[in-house]
Amino acid sequence: MTTGGRAAPRNAFGMAARPSEDAGSAAPLGDADVVDLDVVRRDSGTDAVLADLDADLVGLAPVKRRVAELAALLLVDCQRERFGLVRARPSLHMCFTGDPGTGKTTVALRVAELLHRLGHLRRGHVVTAGREDLVGQFVGHTGPRVRELVQRAMGGVLFVDEAYSLHRAGNERDYGTEAVEVLMQAMEEHRDDLVVVLAGYADRMEAFLASNPGLGSRVAHHVDFPPYAHGELVEIGRRMLDAAGLRLSPECEPVFAQYVARRMEQPRFGNARSIRNAIDRARMRQAHRLVDTGGVVGRTALQTLEPVDFATSRVLQDLPASDGAAGAVSPP
Amino acid sequence: MITQGMFAYLPPLTDAEIAEQVAWAMDHGWPLSLEHTDDPHPRNTYWSMWDLPMFDVGDPAAVLAEVRRARDAFPDHYVRLNAYDARLGRQTTAMSFLVHRPAVEATYRLVRSEGADRRIAYTVERAR
Amino acid sequence: MAEDRWGAGVLAYADMGYWQPDYVPRETDVLAVFRMTPQDGVPPEEAGAAVAGESSTATWTVVWTDRLTAHDHYQAKCYRVEPVPGTPGQFLAYIAYDLDLFEEGSVANLTSSIIGNVFGFKPLKALRLEDMRIPVAYVKTFAGPPHGVVMEREYLGKYGRPLLGATVKPKLGLSARNYGRVVYEALRGGLDFTKDDENINSQPFMRWRDRFLFGMEAVNRACAETGEIKGHYLNVTAGTMEQMYERADFARDLGSVVVMVDLTVGYTAIQSMSAWARRHGVLLHLHRAGHSTFTRQKSHGVSFRVLAKWLRLAGVDHLHAGTVVGKLEGDPASVSGFYDVLRKDRIEADPSRGLYFEQEWAAMAPVLPVASGGIHAGQMHQLLDLFGDDVVLQFGGGTIGHPMGIAAGAEANRVALEAMVKARNAGRDLLREGPDVLRAAARHCPALDAALATWGQVTFDYASTDTPDVAATPVPA
Repeated sequence: MTTGGRAAPRNAFGMAARPSEDAGSAAPLGDADVVDLDVVRRDSGTDAVLADLDADLVGLAPVKRRVAELAALLLVDCQRERFGLVRARPSLHMCFTGDPGTGKTTVALRVAELLHRLGHLRRGHVVTAGREDLVGQFVGHTGPRVRELVQRAMGGVLFVDEAYSLHRAGNERDYGTEAVEVLMQAMEEHRDDLVVVLAGYADRMEAFLASNPGLGSRVAHHVDFPPYAHGELVEIGRRMLDAAGLRLSPECEPVFAQYVARRMEQPRFGNARSIRNAIDRARMRQAHRLVDTGGVVGRTALQTLEPVDFATSRVLQDLPASDGAAGAVSPP
Repeated sequence: MITQGMFAYLPPLTDAEIAEQVAWAMDHGWPLSLEHTDDPHPRNTYWSMWDLPMFDVGDPAAVLAEVRRARDAFPDHYVRLNAYDARLGRQTTAMSFLVHRPAVEATYRLVRSEGADRRIAYTVERAR
Repeated sequence: MAEDRWGAGVLAYADMGYWQPDYVPRETDVLAVFRMTPQDGVPPEEAGAAVAGESSTATWTVVWTDRLTAHDHYQAKCYRVEPVPGTPGQFLAYIAYDLDLFEEGSVANLTSSIIGNVFGFKPLKALRLEDMRIPVAYVKTFAGPPHGVVMEREYLGKYGRPLLGATVKPKLGLSARNYGRVVYEALRGGLDFTKDDENINSQPFMRWRDRFLFGMEAVNRACAETGEIKGHYLNVTAGTMEQMYERADFARDLGSVVVMVDLTVGYTAIQSMSAWARRHGVLLHLHRAGHSTFTRQKSHGVSFRVLAKWLRLAGVDHLHAGTVVGKLEGDPASVSGFYDVLRKDRIEADPSRGLYFEQEWAAMAPVLPVASGGIHAGQMHQLLDLFGDDVVLQFGGGTIGHPMGIAAGAEANRVALEAMVKARNAGRDLLREGPDVLRAAARHCPALDAALATWGQVTFDYASTDTPDVAATPVPA
């Protein structure tokens, strides 16, 4: 279980004012009034969050579009309220479906920040929980566990990873069902103070929500995370290398692209997560190679991955040796 | 009337005012906790704990929800909200105030037992 | 320089090894800084050496018996002399004393050593002990406050706000029965403590035993009515230690949570009462009666910050430390330094607040400062802003002089205090909005309304005599 997200700035007495209330309650608008949406949009700071989202994540165009739509909806709702057009507070609980490594956690962090900027969440932090955090071991254990997590997440987002694992079909003595019930109750009771995001594989999530209609009906927003395309994964890899102060040698570029293509076809492919693992292993091999070779090394040698660092991977084992190991050169 | 706690001489705090005090505690890193009793005797130190202290809770709304649950569960008890300061040199309660009183308040009377030399031994005893 | 005017006797102090500008103070040394006003023509280094000598081993002339000792070990060393910023003719002398010079756990010995003789020394026009650094090694030989702030709060069950008190007035002449009435009204009205004044001991108009009996009837009645623990500082100051113990034992038998003594009983008697208070679980309140005779004047005497350190060592739970806004002497920066000396575990040097040395208390319990003397409910925002929560605010006249009665006066103070704490915690700017907060609170409390109408405009705005001299650079210990 982890807590992520930025600590929301607080004013002197800790209660971050809700911007929408500031804007809305100050002066109720009449029939003849107009609002400048450009100004409202700029003041809310949502554009910055959306820009961050765009910059942070490669691809995911449909997800980014859904988040932008959500931001627009909340912004317009807020203006409706200023005109006294009654607004039921929108339910903001969400379901993120997609394969592992498709950016669900990262998007949750950005969405939390967005909802904070728009005044729907006081703090905008994210508390991540899985089955082991929510489901207790014995009678009377589960309720308090869920409540404690809900308390910690209040004012922010409770991100339930692999939410369907709460439900174990055919096991009536499992406390997962109780966890779902308490969670559902909290989603209803604290809808003003808490956003719950249920995340996991699309098909299993669908079955889970179908078997818990009460839960399904409380989730207003579904966001599907498509798997990454080959080019996107290569770009993701490049950014990870960049962040780690590494780069691929020109000879290594095609090897890495080929690695990604092969890995995508193998079982248990975890999108961005698999790319990160591959890079971590390549770093290890590079380090081993450098130490083995010994001698004097410079900046270039330390920051460059060579084809051999990928070629020895299982994924590329059956490639002809000339494609992979040929580029291995000892630096001066 | 029982005048224990930081705000006994003020009109009862509204939930919004309680939330402000909770936010002050949270800004200092003091976890909140609730206790309740039907016997607020001045020497009754250990009121019943309402669950464990709310460590790692950062939103006043979460504490308010517990305050409401405690009030609902014990409408005839006194409920107090405490903040705890675990810093070295303090390690004690930093704030404490009532967030609920029963409809009929407890009252206490003074019982005197007279001894020699005009000495009197005093006991504070529940009257109602 | 007419140095020969004073002859060899004075010059000899520096020659005898009391002036050591190269000396680096040891962690275990007791350090002191004196403000000296030397007679015309006395060089400041020689004066500093003389102070070091006269407060340790030296006498006016060389004695051969020095040679029977490791005299350089026992000599105090003046290791720095510097002019007082902005005050010609005055100098600060920093002096280090080896720990070996002092008896363990004896404030009397510490004070006899440091201030025993030297203040009447002729070559100096005036001398003032400004500050001391008590090394941890020496601190740990003292028991310190019998209970401390945390224990007191847990004992009383009162958290998150200053405590409230009042001194019973008039100081003199009330019969025991009338006196108890004042105690009862003030406590049931909302105060946490009432207090005997320093000169209420056992006079013909009211003997101590009668006061204790009526006072405790009042305290217990108020406890039963409010459900709060209350106390009255029963003053056990008397002519002999035996009488003090007799009175304190009687207060304990009646169930009092607190007793008090005056500074005039002396350091040793205070240390004895401190041990008694810890043994019996009774809080010890100290009234600094007489301190202004030597703390107030800037050029001569002992600063209160030094007295505060001695009394934390001697071990008291409460000590009066000034109000800034009230009727008694107290410069804001200096008083803030006094409060730090009493309450903090570690104090950094800060000459702008008169703190010349850092001071480490090594977990010795803090003393709860008491602000008393000419303060009233209308100043509540200033008091809370100045002193925070760990303080007893005592409103004597401000409670007992209330036009609607003593209980109303107490209620006004409690309402003002709680409203101000609530506003502060809710993020209000006390100094700017304090008067508004008070007026708003007065709308549901006629007693506070009347208090503000009576005293709202009263201030004691006179220049302080005891102010810090802001040095250009902080002085490390």
